[in-house]
Amino acid sequence: MEVGLQHYLAVAAMLFTIGVFGIFVNRKNVIIILMSVELILLAVNINFVAFSTYLNDVQGQIMAMFVLTVAAAEAAVGLAILVTFFRNRGDIAVDDASVMKG
Amino acid sequence: MTPDLLKDLNIAASESVLALGGLVLLMIGAFLGEKSARLVSILSVALLIAAAAVAATGPLGVAFNGAYVADPLAIYGKVAIYIASAVAVVLGGGWMQRERIARFEYPVLIVLAAVGMGMMVSSGDLISLYVGVELHSLALYVLAAYHRDDLKASEAGLKYFVLGALSSGLLLYGASLIYGFTGSMRFDEIAAYATANPGPGLIFGLVFLICGLAFKVSAAPFHMWTPDVYEGAPTPVVAFFTTAPKMAAMVLFARALSEGFLEAHNQWAQVLILISLASFVVGAWGGLAQKDIQRLLAYSSIANIGYAILGIAAGTEAGLQAMIVFMTLYMIDTMGFFAILLSLSRNGRPIRSIADLAGLKTDRPVTAIAITVLSLSVLGMPPLSGFWGKYYVFGAAASAGYWMVAAAGLVASVVAAFYYLRIIKLMWFDAAPEGVAKTDMAPVESQWIGWACAAFAFPLVIVGLTWLEPATRIAASGFGAG
Repeated sequence: MEVGLQHYLAVAAMLFTIGVFGIFVNRKNVIIILMSVELILLAVNINFVAFSTYLNDVQGQIMAMFVLTVAAAEAAVGLAILVTFFRNRGDIAVDDASVMKG
Repeated sequence: MTPDLLKDLNIAASESVLALGGLVLLMIGAFLGEKSARLVSILSVALLIAAAAVAATGPLGVAFNGAYVADPLAIYGKVAIYIASAVAVVLGGGWMQRERIARFEYPVLIVLAAVGMGMMVSSGDLISLYVGVELHSLALYVLAAYHRDDLKASEAGLKYFVLGALSSGLLLYGASLIYGFTGSMRFDEIAAYATANPGPGLIFGLVFLICGLAFKVSAAPFHMWTPDVYEGAPTPVVAFFTTAPKMAAMVLFARALSEGFLEAHNQWAQVLILISLASFVVGAWGGLAQKDIQRLLAYSSIANIGYAILGIAAGTEAGLQAMIVFMTLYMIDTMGFFAILLSLSRNGRPIRSIADLAGLKTDRPVTAIAITVLSLSVLGMPPLSGFWGKYYVFGAAASAGYWMVAAAGLVASVVAAFYYLRIIKLMWFDAAPEGVAKTDMAPVESQWIGWACAAFAFPLVIVGLTWLEPATRIAASGFGAG
């Protein structure tokens, strides 16, 4: 069996879904949310690179580079915010982020 | 450098000025340390005004192989965004000094967010769209958590970050599908392809893109982060959030949809109508039970974004113009509201709950009048500025055949009137409870900005509309022109 475009798209769609569920279903730890965000971005990258190869067009790979860079910056900002939250709260459980409700 | 590159850089001059200036300001701050906050604030206001001037006088055209577009819509959006950012720096600078958290990062972050917003309004393809959105979002996440010793602020930052990252993911997934099914990143090529062969894959990607953008403008049902972030983040930061980024995201919304997918209007109009109806309901009914003023304004902004999205959903030039007029007037109203909120405090503690406004007429009659004018304006009372925004939007929606949605918008305005009128009643007809201290001396800058915005809401808006009308008409008509 030859691995074609639709296989890559299926893998990417699955990773994307796992990432989204990881954000919503997970009730334990904010770090897991950061990992899920990373998973979503990588799923999108698989999409871009697969399409780029399929279309024989370089733009998708350029976009993949940008996404990688932004993902790194986003992880840095996210962890920094998480550190301030931990300092104020003393915990990073998801259920603890509930001072404001309504 | 080749002449082509020089020409491109000249077209993108305002972002270059801001980006380089932002880096210089960062260096100044890093070398001079904490005490440079005031200097960096002043310089960044000058930088933002200069960038607005460069954008307003710069050449029109398309640069970097279509990735960057400088058309009248982008110019209009940029001038509005840069001026709003400058006002936010002024408001925030004074407030942070009084709260003793003045640091030079605040103006630098706003300048960097402004670069991102400038990229957003002039993005001509999916790459610059994504990079612009991320550049402004990353700065906004940090700004939301700016008060780093405050639990609420860091919680607001965390929530904003998680949901914002998710929305970027949705937007990006949509972008990847659109790229894959059309074979191009550029909006004009996407439009050409989508006209020839619209397919389910393309529409699927488009829906993801719309969901991601709806998150950024806090339209229901993607609004969950808004009330918490508005309540927790520092007040001047919230004032910034409601104005410039909203304008940028709405212009981007309009550009992506009416430039890339005009032929698929039937498909996306349905999605946008649903979003705007949901925003009406959530914004109007959700606000009724709120006690915190900033939380209330969050619901008010959700409802108002619904009107702006209705303008885009019309899919016509009139609808686009209506959206720009509405956003401009709304920006001025909310900026005034937050400026006045910043100028009110009792015994050094800021006023946060709506009940604290009771009896304001004896303490601060002029401020009470200003709040009254701004409330009536946001509620859409003629002939105040908010009315004209809604007038344009409903007119455009009705002429595009969306009578029922416009009627639903009117009903939502009537429901939302309840919470604006409650503020007015508290100020004018209720006495302050026994033993409550008088309000403190108001800081000059926020008080005057608040009064000026109220004066614009009425009566200056009548004069303002005479130049706003032609300016927005040009902005809405010259799409992608160079």
